[in-house]
Amino acid sequence: MQYLFYAIGFLCLIYAGWFMEWLLGKERKGKWFVPGVLVVALAMLATFPLYAKGYTPILMSTIIMYVILSISWTIFSGPTGYMSLATAAFFGVGVYTAAFIGKSVPLPVFIIAGGVISSIVALLVGALTLRLRGIYFAMFTFGLILLISNLLLFYELHVFGTRGRFVVVMDYNTIYYAMFVLFVVLLAVAYLIKSSKYGLALQSIGQYEEAAAHMGINVTMVKVAIFAVSAFFAGTMGATIATRWTYVDPIIAFNPLFSFLPVLMAIFGGMRKLYGPIIGAVIFAYLQETLITRFSELYMLIFGVVLVAAILYMPDGLVGLILKLINKWRKGGSKAQHADT
Amino acid sequence: MRILEGKGVTKYFGGLAAVDNVDFYVDEGEVLGLIGPNGAGKTTLFNLISASLVPKPGTIEYKGRNITGLKPYKICRMGIGRTFQTVHIFADLPVYDNVRVGALFGTSTKISAAEAEKETEELLEFVGLANVAQIPARDLTLSNQKRLEVARALATRPVLLLLDEIMSGLTNTEVAQAMELVRKIRDRGVTIIMIEHVMKAIMNVCDRIVVLHHGQKIAEGSPKEIAKSPKVIEVYLGEQANVGS
Repeated sequence: MQYLFYAIGFLCLIYAGWFMEWLLGKERKGKWFVPGVLVVALAMLATFPLYAKGYTPILMSTIIMYVILSISWTIFSGPTGYMSLATAAFFGVGVYTAAFIGKSVPLPVFIIAGGVISSIVALLVGALTLRLRGIYFAMFTFGLILLISNLLLFYELHVFGTRGRFVVVMDYNTIYYAMFVLFVVLLAVAYLIKSSKYGLALQSIGQYEEAAAHMGINVTMVKVAIFAVSAFFAGTMGATIATRWTYVDPIIAFNPLFSFLPVLMAIFGGMRKLYGPIIGAVIFAYLQETLITRFSELYMLIFGVVLVAAILYMPDGLVGLILKLINKWRKGGSKAQHADT
Repeated sequence: MRILEGKGVTKYFGGLAAVDNVDFYVDEGEVLGLIGPNGAGKTTLFNLISASLVPKPGTIEYKGRNITGLKPYKICRMGIGRTFQTVHIFADLPVYDNVRVGALFGTSTKISAAEAEKETEELLEFVGLANVAQIPARDLTLSNQKRLEVARALATRPVLLLLDEIMSGLTNTEVAQAMELVRKIRDRGVTIIMIEHVMKAIMNVCDRIVVLHHGQKIAEGSPKEIAKSPKVIEVYLGEQANVGS
């Protein structure tokens, strides 16, 4: 029974992403069908905690967390090809925002505050470093995690004399709903960016940045702004999940795995489509939860093998592979028509 | 009327003067040819005009306003469009989107999505790429990729267009088509500066020619004057001198 709920929840998540992509497309088939199923899917996600008891909503919120981190990473790094490893830094900033002000303000306020502070960090860092490309940008953003976490550690030890601090605790359903709302907002934002002219600008920056600048795109502004949007969601996610952790210290909050995993998930799922990172995140997060309890030593190894295989054999991720197969199948079926043209 | 004027434009790469104290101007509506041997500084001069590089020292004025040191996107929006010698197309994007980027971002006036699409279609028709609009730009032939660069630059609604070797590597037929395209662009009222090694094209299309050598301007004049100039023949044209006639 429990597995049925997982399956329903996962399908709903992936479907929501697919729906946003469908909205983008010009040929929309089955006009009544798609919005109808979306309503059902969102309703199921929204009522999930009512009928799925026990551990299920907790696992579900972990999965949604990875989905959100992975989509937010893809918003910026997908089209531009800038390999950002700063997700953990923005996430950690969110966690610490909740740790500092979580006890004095209501949940929505510190979640949004976490996002806003992360975006401000991203604006500053982006303005400084987005001129770097390739490996240099990746290394700098990775360094940012270490920089902020060590500064915080120093500050905590010298000012408060303790290493970590306790965070206000929320019940699991509240966390689940907060994440659900963030998920829907993020999907809408990702869709708006992708379909707007700034989505096209990001793609052309990824293709040939110099040419993009000569086509009238203010490349610095576009990059920094979208980087900040991406950081906003990582920050809100940190602030939300912190309320489940009870206790945080800088090393827990700024765990570099929160940078690596969303990247792996997005690459595994495929970045061309909005639902790619969702599929990747759902599969990986579920695997992580099960593998870490059963084969705690082996799970990173399995991740590694899957990732290497994905990069070698599925350059456009799982989604790219599936679309390719569908296309092949369709072409095979309509060979007679092609012969005429 | 002078639309663009450079005064003492200089650019050093290390100890080497790629462009050395060059004065130049372009009149509205003319086609100015920029020729010279490889490494003469022609593309560097284009990079200086389009603000990829900043001259030091020297100033560049556009419509009487000093534009030295502005960012490339501003230069583009002010009305200076360019193409690139080695094609810089957005290879994975469809041909259509390549041009749409220029239409959406290239002007300082607001443009609606529908207007941008209309302009994109019109320009693809103009350069003859309408039938390949939906394929990825990387799948075009070299000749068509160069046309795409031109369409993309035109989408930014330039007053002045810098064409960097749009005919190199093309077959004779394609060169003839490209010459026709340049004339058509001029007839739209766009002022053009073109770098070219194809002498037939330069001599036939240009109103005036500037010759660069080792970063310095060594000659300037009508195609006829240039073809006869002993200095130009010595450093560049050589045996080709009679090609234009």
